[in-house]
Amino acid sequence: MALVLTEEQSMLRDSARGLISDKAPVSHLRSLRDSKDPTGFSKELWHSFAEMGFAGLLVPEEFGGSGLGFMEAGIVMEEIGRTLMPSPFLATSVVAASALNRGGNAAQKSEYLPKVSNGSLLATLAIDEGAKHRPLQTNLQAVRAGNGFKLSGAKALVVDGHVADLFIVAARTAGSAGEREGLTLFLVNPKVKGVSIERTIMVDAHNAARIELANVEVNADSVLGEVDQGAALLDGVLDIGRGAVAAEMVGLSDEVFNRTVEYLKSRKQFGKLIGEFQALQHRAAQLYIDVEITRAATMKALQALDGDVAKAASAVAVAKARAGTTATRAVQEGVQMHGGMGMTDQFDIGFFMKRARVCEELFGDANYHTEQLARARGY
Amino acid sequence: MSETETADLEQFRKETRAWLEANCPPEMRKPATADADVFWGGRNAKFSSEPQRIWFERMRDKGWTVPDWPREYGGGGLSPAEHKVLRSEMARIGARPPLSSFGIWMLGPALLKYGNEAQKKEHLPKIAAGLIRWCQGYSEPNAGSDLASLQTRAESDGDDFVITGSKIWTSYANYADWIFCLVRTDPTAKKHDGISFILFDMTSKGVTTKPILLISGYSPFCETFFDGVRVPKSHVVGTVNRGWDVAKYLLQHERAMISGMGERGVGRPLGQIAADSVGSDALGRLDDSMLRGQIATFDVDEAALAACAERAVDLAKAGQAHPAFSSAMKYYGTELNKRRYEILMSAGGVDALEWESERSRQGARPRAWLRTKANSIEGGTSEVMLGIVAKRILDLPGA
Repeated sequence: MALVLTEEQSMLRDSARGLISDKAPVSHLRSLRDSKDPTGFSKELWHSFAEMGFAGLLVPEEFGGSGLGFMEAGIVMEEIGRTLMPSPFLATSVVAASALNRGGNAAQKSEYLPKVSNGSLLATLAIDEGAKHRPLQTNLQAVRAGNGFKLSGAKALVVDGHVADLFIVAARTAGSAGEREGLTLFLVNPKVKGVSIERTIMVDAHNAARIELANVEVNADSVLGEVDQGAALLDGVLDIGRGAVAAEMVGLSDEVFNRTVEYLKSRKQFGKLIGEFQALQHRAAQLYIDVEITRAATMKALQALDGDVAKAASAVAVAKARAGTTATRAVQEGVQMHGGMGMTDQFDIGFFMKRARVCEELFGDANYHTEQLARARGY
Repeated sequence: MSETETADLEQFRKETRAWLEANCPPEMRKPATADADVFWGGRNAKFSSEPQRIWFERMRDKGWTVPDWPREYGGGGLSPAEHKVLRSEMARIGARPPLSSFGIWMLGPALLKYGNEAQKKEHLPKIAAGLIRWCQGYSEPNAGSDLASLQTRAESDGDDFVITGSKIWTSYANYADWIFCLVRTDPTAKKHDGISFILFDMTSKGVTTKPILLISGYSPFCETFFDGVRVPKSHVVGTVNRGWDVAKYLLQHERAMISGMGERGVGRPLGQIAADSVGSDALGRLDDSMLRGQIATFDVDEAALAACAERAVDLAKAGQAHPAFSSAMKYYGTELNKRRYEILMSAGGVDALEWESERSRQGARPRAWLRTKANSIEGGTSEVMLGIVAKRILDLPGA
C-alpha cells in the first residue's frame, strides 16, 4: 500500500476539514473554555459527526457504522488537531469503539456499537492510575464476589469521564502491579453505586476526569474479553489510541508550523520581514522536515494497524514517540517565533502548546515509546 | 488499483521471490562491509569474488541493474509498482545491489530527461551493463556551496569545445572512464545562464587527476585538471548555456542517493552491536543507560525517516512530490548517518580507536566514522539544503 491518500481518503479529509474548520475553529474551543461549558464539547457538532458517519467510523456496517479503517480515523484526528476541536471522537469512536469491537461478545457488540454509531452513547477507557502512563502497573482491584466482581481503586486522565455513559475500566483480577497476567477489562456504568467522578479542568481545556471506584459491583457479563487475559486486548486498543493521538499531533504540528511560517512572511523588524533572516529560515526548514517525517511515520503506523493490530506495536511506538518530540518542537518554535504575541492568551498559538502537552502524556510520552522500541529490539 | 492489477502484482512478487531465491548467491545476501564488496563496473573493473560476478551478470541479463529504465536502453522496464516489489523482495533477503555507479544514480536519470536519442543510445546501455564508470565534475576550488560561480571554461573552436580549468572533490575520478561535467560556455552571461553540461572521456588528452588524502586516510576524491581538452559539441546534454537545469535535476537524484547512504534496516540493530562491547545488565538492557537512550532515539528517527523515504517515492509516483523534497531528505539522512557513527564510536570505545590492525579490519569503523562527516557537505551542505527548503518549499522571502 502506498503511503499517500487514496481518492476516497482525500474526499474524507476534505469533508472532515470542511465541517471542522467551519464549525469548530480554535475560537470554538476558546468559547467552551471561557464559558466553562458543562459538557466540554458541542453536542450539536457531535450530532453532525454522527450524521456524517464519523461517530461510527470504525464500527462495522452491521452495527450501523461506516466500517472504515485506522488510516481513515487518523485522517479525522489530523483535522481535529488542526483546530483543537474538543470532541468525543477519540475516546468514544476510536478507543472505546475498538475495545468493544475487538473484545466484545455478540451481546455486548449489539448493545453498544449501534449507539456509538448514532452518537447516542459516549464511552471511554479508564487506564492510567499514576502520574505517568504505565498500563502494566494497573492496580485497581477487581475481586470476585458472587457471580460478579467488586471493583475498587482510582483512575486519572479519563477522557470525557464526566460525561461518559460507559467506562471501560482496566483492572487487576490476579497478579500484582507490573505483571501482564491478571489484567481484565470491565464495562462499568458510571451511574452505579460506588462510582465518584471529579471533572478535572486541564491545561488544554479539553475534557478529563478522575474517577474513584469503591466496591463497585458488576456482574460477570460486564467483563470485556477474557478474565486475567486482558493485556493483549489492552495492548491493541492502546496502540489504536496512540496511532490516533499521533495523527492529532501531526495535524496540530502542521497547523502551528503553517501559522508560524505565515507570521515569518508578514512580521517586519529591522526594516525587513523576519522570514528573511537565515537563523529563522533554517529553523523553519528543520521544523518542516521534522513534521513531514513524523507524518510519514504516523501514516506507516496507521497502515500497520489496518494490516494487523497485533503486529503494529513497533510502528506505533515510532509514530507516537516522533509525534511527541515533533509537536513539542513545533509549539515551542511557534511561540518563540511569534515573540511576545505568542505569549498572549488572545493569540491562538498558546492553545496548541497546551494541547500538545496533554497529547504527549496521553497513552505514553516520547520517552515511554522510545523505551518500548528499545525493549522490542532487545537491547 | 484494480483487482487485476493487484493480482498481476502478486504474481510478479511470487515470480520475483522465486527468481531471487534461485539466483542470488548466499554470499551476496550479506551487507557490504568493505570497499571490495561494492561492484562499480567500468573498463578496468574487477570482481572481488565469483559470487559477485555471477550475481552481477544474472541481474544485468534481466535488466535489473536499472530495473525501472526502459528496456531499449538496457533497463528492466518495470513499472513503479513492480520496482517497489523488486526492492522489497531484495531487501527481504538482504540482497546487495549488483552494480553501484554514478551512471545509475545520477547521470542516467538526467540523460533520460534531457539527453537526445543518440546520447541515450550511446551511454545508457553501457551504464546498465557496467561497461563505463562515470565521475561527476561539479565542484571547483572556488565554487563549492556557490556551485553556479564555477569557472572551468569551454571555448568554442569549430565543432569542438576546448575545456580548461579544474574540478575538486571529483569522487573516484582516478577510476572513472568518463566524466559528466559543468563548464562555463558564456562568461558574459549571468552566472546561472552561461553553464553547459558536457560529457567526455577521461582518457582525452589534457585530463589529469590527483587523489586527495582525507581525514579517513582514504582518497575517494580527486582534484581533476583540464588543460585544453577537446570535446565535440555534440557531447553537450540539453541546450548550450542551459546546463544549470540539467545540473539541478541531477542534484536532486544525487541528494536522494546520499540521503539513502546510511545502512538503514540492514545488518544487526545498533543496540545489539553496542551490547557486544558495552555489555548488558541483569535485565538484558545495555549497560550504559545514556547510550541506550541515544540509540533508541536514533532508532525512532531512523524508522521514521525510512517511512518518509517510502512516502517520497509513493508521492513521486502519484505526481504529488515537491521537486525540492530531496533536499529535505538529504539534510535529514546525512545528519542521521553522522549520528549513527557517533553512536558506533561511543559503543566501540577503545576498540573503535584502532587505525591499523587485522583485528580492526584496518580501522574500518573509525575510517567510516570520519567518512560520514562528508555526508553533510558533499552534494550540497546541510545549510544549503535548509536554504533550499526555506526558499523553494516554504517560499520564505529573500532566501
